Amino acid sequence: MYSRKPFYLIVAALFLVGLALMLHRHFVYEVPWLPGEKRQIWSVEAKVEFEANGRPVKASLAVPGSQPGFTLMNESAASPGYGLSFVQTEGGTRAEWSIRSATGHQELYYKVDMMLDPFAKGPIGNAPPQIPTVEVAEPYATAMDQVLTLARERSSDNITFTRELLKELNNGGQNAELLAQHKSAGPLLLEMLHRAGVPARLLKGLQLEDGRRRQPLVDVVQVYDGERYQIFNPATGDQGLQENLLLWEYHSAPVLDLVGGSNSRVSFSMLEQEQPVNVALAKKFDQPDWINVSLYNLPLEEQALFKGILLIPIGVLAVVFLRIIVGVKTSGTFMPVLIAMAFIQTSLLTGLVGFLLIVGTGLVLRSYLSHLNLLLVARISAVIIMVIGMIGFFSIVAYQLGLTEGMKITFFPMIILAWTIERMSVLWEEEGPKEVLKQGGGSLVVAVMAFLAMNNELIRHLTFNFLGLQLIVMAAVLLLGNYTGYRLTELKRFKPLVDELKHD
Amino acid sequence: MIKNLLAKYASPFELGRHGIMGMNRRNISYISRYNPRRLYPLVDNKLKTKQIALDAGVTVPDLVGVIEYQHQVSRLWDMVKDWPGFCIKPAKGSGGKGITVIVDHDRQRFTKPSGKAETIEDLERHVSNILAGLYSLGGKPDVALIEALINFDDVFDGFSYEGVPDTRVIVFRGFPIMAMMRLSTQASDGKANLHQGAVGVGLDINTGRAIRAVQFNAPVRYHPDTGRDLFELKVPYWEQLLNLSSSCYEMSGLGYIGTDMVLDKHKGPMLLELNARPGLAIQTANAAGLVPRLRKIEKLGRKITMTPDERVAFSRKEFASEL
Repeated sequence: MYSRKPFYLIVAALFLVGLALMLHRHFVYEVPWLPGEKRQIWSVEAKVEFEANGRPVKASLAVPGSQPGFTLMNESAASPGYGLSFVQTEGGTRAEWSIRSATGHQELYYKVDMMLDPFAKGPIGNAPPQIPTVEVAEPYATAMDQVLTLARERSSDNITFTRELLKELNNGGQNAELLAQHKSAGPLLLEMLHRAGVPARLLKGLQLEDGRRRQPLVDVVQVYDGERYQIFNPATGDQGLQENLLLWEYHSAPVLDLVGGSNSRVSFSMLEQEQPVNVALAKKFDQPDWINVSLYNLPLEEQALFKGILLIPIGVLAVVFLRIIVGVKTSGTFMPVLIAMAFIQTSLLTGLVGFLLIVGTGLVLRSYLSHLNLLLVARISAVIIMVIGMIGFFSIVAYQLGLTEGMKITFFPMIILAWTIERMSVLWEEEGPKEVLKQGGGSLVVAVMAFLAMNNELIRHLTFNFLGLQLIVMAAVLLLGNYTGYRLTELKRFKPLVDELKHD
Repeated sequence: MIKNLLAKYASPFELGRHGIMGMNRRNISYISRYNPRRLYPLVDNKLKTKQIALDAGVTVPDLVGVIEYQHQVSRLWDMVKDWPGFCIKPAKGSGGKGITVIVDHDRQRFTKPSGKAETIEDLERHVSNILAGLYSLGGKPDVALIEALINFDDVFDGFSYEGVPDTRVIVFRGFPIMAMMRLSTQASDGKANLHQGAVGVGLDINTGRAIRAVQFNAPVRYHPDTGRDLFELKVPYWEQLLNLSSSCYEMSGLGYIGTDMVLDKHKGPMLLELNARPGLAIQTANAAGLVPRLRKIEKLGRKITMTPDERVAFSRKEFASEL
């Protein structure tokens, strides 16, 4: 008895490394466990309009970056004749257009694609801003103080204070009505917070709704409590980041800064698209680091190829399982996997019919060949040519009958089919048709099982996106290779024996 | 419905209790552990087996000739014309594949045990197939052996239908563990493979007497074709046969083998072939599991210093069935 310990260590290591890789892919690269997951991509277009009057123009527009809830996918700007650059400043990123001279109505476009992304991170200033002192005229000052006093009594910190304040302002009382005439909701809240000595600033956000045009930016107030901050929507009184609220400007800078033009206006249109998650993520992580071994970085053609290749271990696992645990007899060990791969191309029913047709016809023709007394290699070659002839013949017949499905039998591996026919034919001569049915049926059952495993949407998704799965499959194959228990077929085979032993 | 389905299957725990060996256990715990891979060619190639057997002084059937290359196939006629009966075997065949037995010929028609006649062309084609590797493991090129037919002993008259009754003994580290006789039937077309319908007769290791008989996994009492009472079967020269099978361990170096022996009228027990992957049907024929007996030998420790005779004596004492 030699030690089995290293073996189990290897299996455990393979399993754990595979699992770790998978978890890493899931949590770091956000690849979902389930296929078909879509990500929402919002395309937002900002249109800057102004009147130019022949002088040099410089227009600087605040543009959003990745932020909590959204990942920036790509951005572009369109502005004929203008120079354009994206500038990183104190006040965040800004798109700056410039031109030596322009006259008349100008339109500049900036387009950004933002992915709705619960994992997104991004800087939103968390250093409390300076509190400016503001003079407020009567009667508003009195009204404000009354409201502030009420709110302060009912709150414990800046955040709860703001919440209470908003309640007061939205309860339709006398003070609230009066203050509503003073300023619009955002600036009013900001002013009152500053009056109460609470650090806060005004951000500009965009309410995202599919297919809306000419939307204005809405005011959002960021209230600080030490290092923590909370976002409030003064118009609705909502606390926290709203799911479909994209912050456009969050560095306390003007949204549009225009030199050399007048009557400027910024309006926004937006559109929602659903994109498959892999496309979206490929854009998000297009700078791979060494551990992100991702097939997404390959050209699409190779990706498609790999998709198929990575499924082979799954088919192999199915074969190993069915042979070791169930005990199905197959003709040729991995012939079923190759047949299953052909089924993926042809679809199951077409594949089965095609396979049976070719092998059946092949057996008939092969029985004639056996009288010709050929050498084996030459005979197999003859069978291969026969198989090609049959595939051609059936394709043409199918095409003439208008069955385009039938054309697909060209996907079958011809050499494998030829060997299968040869083996079955010899089996027929030696052991009779029963054994041919048994092994042929067994092979087909295994092929269908392997096909079902390989064709499963979830499995395809997992094998392609999580390379760690290959290591787990490897661990499973090693474990199965160490299985000394009974096969299912043996339980049936030894049943009479056990019954007798019981009687003795 | 489910009950009916379950009734067809034995419980694995039940099988384990009786020490029935399954395919996976055989492959992992015995074959791959006790049979070094480099020694396989000795038993997978019947020509090599013959050579080591002759070197070790073990009796084997006469070799009529060997055909190695395609251009020699035409010599087949010269080889066999003076032998009344012979058989053509692939040197690397397995499971009785590709063996053609000719019991008689009138220089035109070669009669198989089933009475079917073959022409010399048929036989030549068969040899070509063998050379091309149709029956060999993995389809490798092969050679064809032509062996003299065994004159099998009259004691087995009526026990076998067209075909040589052979005795299979499982030998583990030189100890005969379990034995059975394989009798061909009409259903098995003169072949001795149980899954093809041959009758398996379990033999008492101590005496060589029949314990029970099965065909297609079901117990039988009488030979299906000849009607002989199988329980009358007793293998003569039993001790000699056991010694022969036990010495195959030294000869081949393989720890877990199936030895196939026949009893020739003139030469006594002869070794037909060795098998490095003996099947499991012997358990059904004996109504006993292999595992307990194998365990008993494994308990003897790693180093066993016993002569073949001592090992046989040990086995006959330990594995005798209480009849």
